[in-house]
Amino acid sequence: MGYVAIADRDHEIEHHDPQTFITKYIWSQDHKVIAIQYGATAIFVGVIALVLSAMMRLQLGFPDTFSFINPENYYQFVTMHGMIMVIYLLTALFLGGFGNYLIPLMCGSRDMVFPFLNMLSYWVYLLSVIILLVSFFVPGGSTGAGWTLYPPQAIMPGTPGVDWGILLMLGSLGVFIVAFTMGGLNYVTTVLQARCRGMTLMRMPLSVWGIFIATILGLLAFPALLVSAIMMLLDKTIATSFFMPAISSMGVDPGHTGGSPILFQHLFWFFGHPEVYIVALPAFGIVSDLLSTHARKNIFGYRMMVWAIIAIGGLSFIVWAHHMYVSGMNPYFGFFFATTTLIIAVPTAIKVYNWVLTLWEGNIHLRVPMLFSIAFIFTFIHGGLTGLFLGNVTIDLPLSDTYFVVAHFHMVMGVSPVLVLFGAIYHWWPKITGRMYHEGLGKWHFWMTFLGTYSIYLPMHYLGFAGVPRRYFAMGNTEFMPESAQDLNAWITMSALFVAATQLLFFANVIWSLRKGPKADPNPWDATTLEWQTPDTPPKHGNWGHELPECHRWAYDYSVPGYEDDFIPQTVPADIAPAGRDHGGEH
Amino acid sequence: MEIGLIVLATMLVTLLGWLLKQSFNTQPWVAEAVAEAAYQAPFNAKPKLVALTTFLAVATSFFALILSAYSLRMELGDWIPLTEPQLLWVNTGTLVLASVVFQWTRNVAVSDRMSQVKPGLLLTGILTIAFLVGQLLAWQQLNASGQYMTSNPSNAFFFLLTAIHGIHILGGMYVWGRATVKSFIGRDDAAVGQSIELCTIYWHFLLLVWLVLFGLMLST
Repeated sequence: MGYVAIADRDHEIEHHDPQTFITKYIWSQDHKVIAIQYGATAIFVGVIALVLSAMMRLQLGFPDTFSFINPENYYQFVTMHGMIMVIYLLTALFLGGFGNYLIPLMCGSRDMVFPFLNMLSYWVYLLSVIILLVSFFVPGGSTGAGWTLYPPQAIMPGTPGVDWGILLMLGSLGVFIVAFTMGGLNYVTTVLQARCRGMTLMRMPLSVWGIFIATILGLLAFPALLVSAIMMLLDKTIATSFFMPAISSMGVDPGHTGGSPILFQHLFWFFGHPEVYIVALPAFGIVSDLLSTHARKNIFGYRMMVWAIIAIGGLSFIVWAHHMYVSGMNPYFGFFFATTTLIIAVPTAIKVYNWVLTLWEGNIHLRVPMLFSIAFIFTFIHGGLTGLFLGNVTIDLPLSDTYFVVAHFHMVMGVSPVLVLFGAIYHWWPKITGRMYHEGLGKWHFWMTFLGTYSIYLPMHYLGFAGVPRRYFAMGNTEFMPESAQDLNAWITMSALFVAATQLLFFANVIWSLRKGPKADPNPWDATTLEWQTPDTPPKHGNWGHELPECHRWAYDYSVPGYEDDFIPQTVPADIAPAGRDHGGEH
Repeated sequence: MEIGLIVLATMLVTLLGWLLKQSFNTQPWVAEAVAEAAYQAPFNAKPKLVALTTFLAVATSFFALILSAYSLRMELGDWIPLTEPQLLWVNTGTLVLASVVFQWTRNVAVSDRMSQVKPGLLLTGILTIAFLVGQLLAWQQLNASGQYMTSNPSNAFFFLLTAIHGIHILGGMYVWGRATVKSFIGRDDAAVGQSIELCTIYWHFLLLVWLVLFGLMLST
């Protein structure tokens, strides 16, 4: 039997509309509902992680003031904050949330290729979140091993949560990886096999490209975390010696022989570095689409943007050991990894130039999503430049254990992706809910968040240069630090609390919009991509009504000369544009 | 980490190279009616086959990374090579047979003789279960001779690798079980045929993985 593309078999496929409340909203197989479930859960745990960071900052800014923060739970806050933000918020929200929502809509499909697996993916993710949260309440509390979970200390007495917390953490990660794999198989297959007629790979919006390549990275990199989690579980539970060296703990010999903690670091960072791009690539893609739409200009260098995403994805697998310069590696290795790290700056810089050039002479509309997108360019350049410092072995060694690193990675993979997430939520909110948000509240939210985060992280660079160590509960008698360092710490804490409180504006906006927000136009931003051309807003089950859309052009036909509107949707046939005119050369 | 790196690099270069090929000589900014060929999905394959291939890439990455860990850990001082039980040779033979029979069953299914796939399916199942039981017996033999998982890192890797390989086989047995039940009820021939095709690939893959694992463990 010859193979026929899914788009050409649409009429043969039966679409069972969900009938009951439960099949519609709870055990739903609709990618849009699953996306919202993923998003809501991720934001929920993200808020918990935000509160944890506020607690850390209280201790750092005002030591010896709060009796409910002791060294043990300080380390638990650090660990859980890091792990939740990186894995359970950012990865889940970008791929589970926006991946689920955008891939079928932007590619012109009715749903993911395997809807049941997709549903399963969410519920298994929820299970991983529950396991993680349970660890707050078990004897000894959650693990305080730091988000990198380095052995031997992660599973040795003296580290908080060594009995139950670490087991639940490793178990939760394993379950999360299963959930991600189920989702990831769906995203890849849907992008490759279920695009509508005319949607060639090179006509896909960059959002889809970013999510697609990030998913491939995740599928290949998460196994490294799974391997290390399984081995550490065995070291902990039955005293194997994969990672654990011969070591005695408080006079007791736990029975380990010469395992290698460095082996864990290799495995962890083999996952950990691609993870940075698992978060960053969807952000790159989404921000490209937001900038282009709200600047009413085609994205500058579309093909170059695609190639840069692909190149960054490939390179991200050969830079992992730059997280391990201080582990005492062979200098030649250090040289190799410093070189690859600096090479990755090339495609990244290409993307930054292209974003800026997209804005050049654009008809810029400073709506809330655009503000967040432009802010991303600032924070990303900032965090990227400090990455050039830390990528060099000789500069990294003295800075590695200081606040400079905290400032760097928060700018580049904390603030930057979160700004894009907010931009994306505001941008697609009218499509997701069918209602508009409050523009004024949104702008207040933006400015206070943007300026507030700078107020947190800019001073941290100076603390780092002054040698203020990270991970410490209290600074003690560290005479080399000027007293003003503590003043700066207090300032940072106040800024952090301010930014945390500011997020209430976002939730207020969500509630206001859901209750009183005006009904949204189907395409309020005059955007070209397919998700804005659905017959219903919000799109109904099956997305497209009777007929699947056909794609006739790329996603960036904004301000095409000689055309009345300043945008041409992807569904508009080529011959409807100015007759016989090849406008290709004018871009 | 070299093993993991080489395997992953090969997979990535293949995929990314293919993606790049798609993008050369295109002018995405030119609006035009797309040629008929471009309407098709990029692979002349069913979505489930694409998903399986993707999953095999994930599993390959998983096994390659454990093998990387194996080779790194092996170089440390406390490593004593394990003498593998002879039974593993029998198990290997069983798994090879299971793969061969599955291939035969697949050929029968592809030639649209769905009524004749039942014996093949049953025999594959029996051989695969025999393999798993054989692996458990090998574990038992080791334990009986005082070679526990915690005795030495090489033992720990042996138990870990065989367990993970076995779990992958169990996953395949789930799909095999569904296909077998359906074929006996005589329902949904197309779905059974597809399951058999996909399972055959999966069985060959797991055989290959086992041969690599077994070969490595024998030689070290």
